[in-house]
Amino acid sequence: MSDFSTPPYLLQQGTSVRRVMVQVLLALLPGIAAYVWLIGPGIVVQLGLATLAALAGEALVLGLRRKPLALFLSDGSAIVTAWLIALSFPPLAPWWLIVVGTLFAVIVGKHLYGGLGQNPFNPAMLAFAACIVSFPALMSQWPTLGLQLGFAEQLKMIAGLAPRVDVMSGATPLDALKTALKLSNGSVDVPTLLATQDVFGNFAGRGWEWVASAYLLGGLWLWQRKLISWHAPFGFIAGLSSLALLLWGWNPQQFANPVFHLFSGGALLGAFFIVTDPVSGCTTPKGKLIFGLLAGLLAYIIRVFGGFPDGIAFAVLLLNLCVPLIDMYSQPPIFGLKDEP
Amino acid sequence: MIDREQFRQILDNGVWHQNASLIQLLGLCPLLAVTTTLVNGVMLSLATIIVMAVANVAVASLRNLIPHEIRIPVFILVVAALVTVVDLIFNAYFHELYLVLGIFIPLIVTNCIVLARVEAFANKNPPLQSLLDGVFMGIGLLWTLALLGGLRELIGGGTLFAGIDMVFPGVHGLQLLPADYPGFLLAVLPPGAFILLGLLIAWKNWAEARAAARKPDAGSDHRSPLPVADGV
Repeated sequence: MSDFSTPPYLLQQGTSVRRVMVQVLLALLPGIAAYVWLIGPGIVVQLGLATLAALAGEALVLGLRRKPLALFLSDGSAIVTAWLIALSFPPLAPWWLIVVGTLFAVIVGKHLYGGLGQNPFNPAMLAFAACIVSFPALMSQWPTLGLQLGFAEQLKMIAGLAPRVDVMSGATPLDALKTALKLSNGSVDVPTLLATQDVFGNFAGRGWEWVASAYLLGGLWLWQRKLISWHAPFGFIAGLSSLALLLWGWNPQQFANPVFHLFSGGALLGAFFIVTDPVSGCTTPKGKLIFGLLAGLLAYIIRVFGGFPDGIAFAVLLLNLCVPLIDMYSQPPIFGLKDEP
Repeated sequence: MIDREQFRQILDNGVWHQNASLIQLLGLCPLLAVTTTLVNGVMLSLATIIVMAVANVAVASLRNLIPHEIRIPVFILVVAALVTVVDLIFNAYFHELYLVLGIFIPLIVTNCIVLARVEAFANKNPPLQSLLDGVFMGIGLLWTLALLGGLRELIGGGTLFAGIDMVFPGVHGLQLLPADYPGFLLAVLPPGAFILLGLLIAWKNWAEARAAARKPDAGSDHRSPLPVADGV
């Protein structure tokens, strides 16, 4: 049974999809370690649940489509999708939420479009969007920091055996900032909020800032291994932080600084692991840069002015729609010709 | 008048082979907007059936008198008059449902299925055949809208026949899934309608492919070409 080779436009040649996916999973490990250490071990359960659900969904559809099970199940792409879903969902969400999200991603997001390499939308972001639209309350319940729950208690909560409401009053740092600004109606400014509220740490959300830093570390490793090119992450970070810088420079009382935005929410996870998706993202170097830039701008607009806790998922999905257009207008010149393609 | 074979063909085309929602993809706007529950879907289909049946008979009877050049405005006038009648009936007898269905009853006028059947069938066939065509096309619409509405309602809220008291006072809908079912809201929203419609079309194609594989030579002998119309 032969293995898949990667598409010719990837930088590292002569590898298989499996090797790429394993390295992406390795690059996620620092982030997961920081997550377990600072936020709680519940995420391990979610990662396991998502992986099982992804493999089960994949096996089901492969069986229906009469495709070779072992070849596709071992390529690791479903596991990458599963891990990205688990990392973007609230860590103490009930078990069925992540199972539903992952099954939706694998079955509707990936296989209904033709399976590996055929999906126009990022499956993980599709799962996030479907779930946040369907279950907004559950998707916005993040554990309050300082909530010291043992592993057993976290497990009980994920299994749905423990009551949720009284301990799950937390919001993401982004949400906390947005809500505080809205409630105060101009009487509180961002620097005071960042300095006084417990949710915020040194430069972004308490705890979350280090998780994001670990994602950055993993992403840089991927770049150094030449598994991703610099274009998409750079574009995304540039898009997000330039708009943040502009608004922060204009009114630092009402808008948080670019560093806060970069290290909050899913920004760095998105920059290195989601906009770099070789299937649903652009393929040309210039296209990747444009894709990242626009996704970053949109993500900022949605997360700051929109009603949802974070904007990465919707920004990426909207840009996924534009990929064929961007690719068409960003073809590199043919070798030997000067400018015109 | 009408022979057995002709009757079977009209029935077959309306309910299955040229199903308005699954094959012609006509009238997607009410399909997406109204099928949030089974009752809504069924009641809108019933209204459309009445309009289609009467409009088909009216146009078929007048077809030799309608000048070819201005036939579309004439069809629209006939359909609009009928829709006004249905609209007033709904307002009078099912007022709550009328409020739920809202603009989609008047919009039956612009529904492509009605115009497509009038133009493609009633304009060329005698009244009896046209009546049957209108009814069976409507029944094709009815079962797809009922299926889609039922699925969306069940997945989205765990109920079935919610709002039936708007039609039969005193009858209550069923809560099929446990009361703490969180509700997969996506199914009730327009994207869910698109996804489920896609799945229904896939299921129909799959069923036809299987049937064709079972008897290889009885393929597409009794299908007439599709009427051309814009989908709204």
